[in-house]
Amino acid sequence: MLKVVDETKKAFLTGNETVAWAALAAGADIMFGYPITPQNEVMHYWTRLAPRYGRDFLQTEDEISAGFTVCGAVQAGKKAFTATAGPGNVLMQEPFGMAEAMRLPLFAIIQQRGGPSSGTVVYSQQEVALTTYGGNGEGYRIVYSTATHQEIYDYTIKGFNVAWKYRFPTFLLGDGYQAKMREPLEMYDPEEKGIKLEPTYPLVGLPGKIGEGREPQHLCNIYSLEEELYEVVMKLSADYERIAPDLVEWQEHSCEDADIIILTHGIVSRAADDAVKALRAQGIKAGYFRPITLRPYPSQQLREAIAKSGAKILLIAESSYGQFERLTKQEIYGETIKIEHLYMPGVGIVDYDIINKVKSVL
Amino acid sequence: MALVRIALAGEGGQGVQSVAEILAEAAYNENKQAIYIPNFGLEQRGGVSIAFIQVSDSRIGAPKFNKADVVIAMSERAVGRTASYSDSNTLFVYDDGFDVDPADLPKEAKQIMGLPAINTANNELHPRVFNIIIMGAVIGLTNVVTFETAKEALEHKLGYKFEKNPDLRELNFKALEIGKQLAENALKEGVAK
Amino acid sequence: MITPAIPKSWYLPSKPHKFCPGCGHGIVLKALGEVIDELEIQDQTIFGCDIGCSLLSWNFFACDSTQTHHGRTTPVMVGIKRARPELITIGYMGDGGGYSIGSQHLLNSAVRNEKVTLILVNNTNYGMTGGQMAPTTLPGQKTETTPYGRDPEKTGYPTKGPEFIAELTPEGAYVARATVSKYKQLKRFLKNALRNQMEGNGFSFVEVLSTCPTNWRTNAQQTWHFLEDEMEPVFPVGELKSPFGKGGDK
Repeated sequence: MLKVVDETKKAFLTGNETVAWAALAAGADIMFGYPITPQNEVMHYWTRLAPRYGRDFLQTEDEISAGFTVCGAVQAGKKAFTATAGPGNVLMQEPFGMAEAMRLPLFAIIQQRGGPSSGTVVYSQQEVALTTYGGNGEGYRIVYSTATHQEIYDYTIKGFNVAWKYRFPTFLLGDGYQAKMREPLEMYDPEEKGIKLEPTYPLVGLPGKIGEGREPQHLCNIYSLEEELYEVVMKLSADYERIAPDLVEWQEHSCEDADIIILTHGIVSRAADDAVKALRAQGIKAGYFRPITLRPYPSQQLREAIAKSGAKILLIAESSYGQFERLTKQEIYGETIKIEHLYMPGVGIVDYDIINKVKSVL
Repeated sequence: MALVRIALAGEGGQGVQSVAEILAEAAYNENKQAIYIPNFGLEQRGGVSIAFIQVSDSRIGAPKFNKADVVIAMSERAVGRTASYSDSNTLFVYDDGFDVDPADLPKEAKQIMGLPAINTANNELHPRVFNIIIMGAVIGLTNVVTFETAKEALEHKLGYKFEKNPDLRELNFKALEIGKQLAENALKEGVAK
Repeated sequence: MITPAIPKSWYLPSKPHKFCPGCGHGIVLKALGEVIDELEIQDQTIFGCDIGCSLLSWNFFACDSTQTHHGRTTPVMVGIKRARPELITIGYMGDGGGYSIGSQHLLNSAVRNEKVTLILVNNTNYGMTGGQMAPTTLPGQKTETTPYGRDPEKTGYPTKGPEFIAELTPEGAYVARATVSKYKQLKRFLKNALRNQMEGNGFSFVEVLSTCPTNWRTNAQQTWHFLEDEMEPVFPVGELKSPFGKGGDK
């Protein structure tokens, strides 16, 4: 395969373009997609670059098809991915559910926009519930919430590896601001940095003659008896719970002596970081905690941060009306710390928003 | 350098986004942290086009901001649309060729200035380089990048046009210089309208 | 000198509209407004629009209107009509909403001969999202997702919607294709399509060839050339099926 990035180099790109380059660098074979703002440029860049590297693309008739074509391609053993947003994310819950049930290494980029329904084409953090626990199952998904273009690049590569290693549908949860803004990042060839690309293998179309070298493969996602399903779901849960500790990622600082811990994810965490620094400079003991994986959630780590700090307040700031707070509460059930919130559904949050909120609750 | 926040706004087709991208890229080329984000909505065309640029030595926080250090409104509609980004620290700039309703101007600003950018473009240069004059003005007001880096970034972005017509290069660089001068003069004089 | 009159069924507070300069939507909606006036159905009309540039028509008319989701205008109009047959439902969508994500609904509604009127504006690309390939993109046409030109081997040939709808629908359906470059014919076809619903005959469908200079990146001359000399040969204009008999096109 022709090397995508010859040598590590700086670049000044939009988030969508970064996804396309990172997917190429990760060895993705094919992208399936459907137009929806604000992720369209992932397709625009992919279709321009892919032929150079022998990769493929299909614009499907809708998002349901884009999700199922990815399912098919990964069943056939090829690295496939898709990208979507908003109502497209809603439609893709059907194929994402199939990937959960059948342990398919599906990777998808979600660029959150305002909801519900058509909402806005711009930005929000209102697809947290959908991306972490959408579909008609138990949410066996791995979800990375990125905050910088460097992370978009890093976690796209990691996303493919994690999907193919652990075989749960894996998501990069971005948003319209990250998609459309330009900022600097470093592009690299993963193997130059010692990142081994996970090998792929097919679930159907295996080599060998049936009956002589191998058995035919029969994949299913429906069961006749309740008891059969019970066994399947219990096994899925056990598998997921076993790998969760290896996957959990988070960032924290200034929590050790914090009176108030500011909890954010994704791009809002940048404003939170600025806010914590500004508050500390003013003598207010604020702490910063940011889950990078929303699934699996760093609940143990958050509990420890709360316990160590003796903080009285956990302030949750999100560009949604409580989706991140509900996810957090279920993960840290039993903690008695007072929870305050700053809800700005569909609206960007800047450091001043958080600083003012902190001062109003302290 | 400390964080500088610039908002550029104008009608679609005036080159707001182009200028913003070139400026951000110039800052990036100087190894600074830079973020550029356009406002974007439903319509493909029409409506006021706004670009948000931030430049700093350290990691920049949220991609958009509530208050800017410099606002440049390149059309009458843009004035009212961007007045809310101005507070007591903001240099609020508009083209003095406009018929601006005083009610549209910001309630708070460090300095409100009218620059004769459109007239200069039309009379001394060429209407098409109006946005490059604005780019020069941003540099004059903030020194967010050096003049040299700005020229390089312009060359990089428009070089293919300059190859076909070398006069364009001179025209654009002149526009950049004039814009810078206009802004520096306005700052010195504390010109307010 | 004839002064063009603004249709009574147009909603004045939403004017000037937000479509791009050179967009064909304005022409279609003008013709539709005049037809609604002439048929005197403003009060019974329910106007539904899709996602994409068609969504900009959500408050275009002084008629009760509803936005739906991408590709879901057809089923919403069907739902309204089934619940209240006395209402006149007009579903307005683009080539993506109609032939791509909404194709399932279009086909099934056609097979059921639903008594709705659908107007599909075909400008060979997904306009509002920035110019991606659409089902009706021409072979070799460059779009944002076919940057090297549409390859029919990989992505198929342009969808001929009225043709397959004419095949699928039973008697009583009205199926036509118009173009914004032939205004009188466009009006006539839209009027027939609405008459067809008013008389309770069956499914009414009009595709309208339209322009998108923004994403085609064409000037005025090139725009008309593409519409009349490139699109029309691929998408023949005329009435394909009509309970009123072939009234003659052109």
